[in-house]
Amino acid sequence: MPQHETGATPPTPAQEVRDFLWRRSEQIAQRWADEPLFRAVFTVSREEAVEAGKAVVDALAQVADSQRVEDPDAAGFTGVREQLARMGAARSRAGLSATQVSSELAALLPPVENLLVADLEQEEPERLREASTALSVLLGTLRLVAMQTALSEIQALTDRQRLQLLEVATPVIKLWDGIVAVPLIGTLDSARSQVVMETLLNAVVDQHARFAILDITGVPTVDSLVAQHLMKTVAAARLMGAECVVSGIRPAIAQTIVHLGLDLGTVKTRAGLADALAYCLHELGTNIVAAAPGGAGRR
Amino acid sequence: MHTGAGVEARLPIRSDMDLVWVRQHVRQAAAKLGFSLVDQTKLVTAASELARNTLVHGGGGRMEASHVTTGGTDGLRLAFSDSGPGIPDLDRALSDGYTSGGGLGMGLGGARRLVHDFAVETAPGAGTTVRVTSWVSRPPRLRGDV
Ligand SMILES: Nc1ncnc2c1ncn2[C@@H]1O[C@H](COP(=O)(O)OP(=O)(O)O)[C@@H](O)[C@H]1O
Ligand SMILES: [Mg+2]
Repeated sequence: MPQHETGATPPTPAQEVRDFLWRRSEQIAQRWADEPLFRAVFTVSREEAVEAGKAVVDALAQVADSQRVEDPDAAGFTGVREQLARMGAARSRAGLSATQVSSELAALLPPVENLLVADLEQEEPERLREASTALSVLLGTLRLVAMQTALSEIQALTDRQRLQLLEVATPVIKLWDGIVAVPLIGTLDSARSQVVMETLLNAVVDQHARFAILDITGVPTVDSLVAQHLMKTVAAARLMGAECVVSGIRPAIAQTIVHLGLDLGTVKTRAGLADALAYCLHELGTNIVAAAPGGAGRR
Repeated sequence: MHTGAGVEARLPIRSDMDLVWVRQHVRQAAAKLGFSLVDQTKLVTAASELARNTLVHGGGGRMEASHVTTGGTDGLRLAFSDSGPGIPDLDRALSDGYTSGGGLGMGLGGARRLVHDFAVETAPGAGTTVRVTSWVSRPPRLRGDV
């Protein structure tokens, strides 16, 4: 077991590695700056690549200092996580697969190992062997940390895409001059409802709409929160001078709404989208209908 | 009679996303047990209300779903529990339109109307558990003779 003792106790392999990293920080960073991983990311300035390399060496030394060379959660890694993520992301953007990025990370070991061997040449072979094992474990852990970070980047990306999906899944369709419709699909959670309301109000303004149809055929559950969102949207549209009609309330949902005790009394509803459109047209165009009694005749 | 496979579950309620899973599970479980479309919708809506209360008022918790039977009738039991602040005045919380937040105040009372059996266990500071059960087609016993 590694022990921190004063006196003649020889350093543990991890401490040996720590001291080596501190001593050789500059040289290691210089060598790494020529490796594909650093070269490809810091294209503009070699200086920057060396700086970044030093930060990584520093982190590794901290981890070695805490004797946790095998622990990807070691505190020392915290400072370089973001940087590793940026480097990994830059390599992926350049078209490298995860495996390729991983082997570029693996390529960081040999130049460091050579320096270590040179430094400890005079020592007993056993000490060198142990130190070099600790070093390669440490760099393996660094690789793991980089891969973990890349994975959480992917997670963040999926989350962002989900949010974007919410937006594209809310198209506003112009059905007629002055009539817009939003077919709502999926879960109407709070984030989604906010998007729907904004999109709808913008469309009302842009298209000078007098009627807005909210079709909820694609909404699987109408609970009190969804109802509240619908009512808020209707009220906001009314303030903008547009009347809302909610269509597509399926029979099972209608019965459930009644049992739940929700009062949609203030909201105009129609069974289907076509009924809603007919209602709006009627409200808008009594003149048109009156002016064309023959139906298909000339105006 | 049903085996209960795909019905029993214990789901966390910690985020809006979890509410989606809760609704989805209740819908699938109710369909498996043979609930009609209207009854599935009622159960899912009740679950949605109760799960959201667990999340919003109870600070998060879990739902446990189980398959129950009485006299050859299949039922679905759902238990929503949290270790939040509890409900100090249950009668008031159950009354239509009462909300301590910005809700419609229709969730708790509405959920009770949407299921066959409804029971709340709560105390100030001791969390809340709401248990609901619905039976395929008819409830084996009339509600009201509690
Ligand atoms: N799990 C819970 N923990 C604590 N309080 C709750 C819980 N569920 C409901 N309540 C209380 O009961 C009230 C009524 O609930 P509900 O009818 O669902 O209305 P809403 O959620 O719209 O406020 C809530 O405002 C809240 O004060
Ligand atoms: Mg509620």
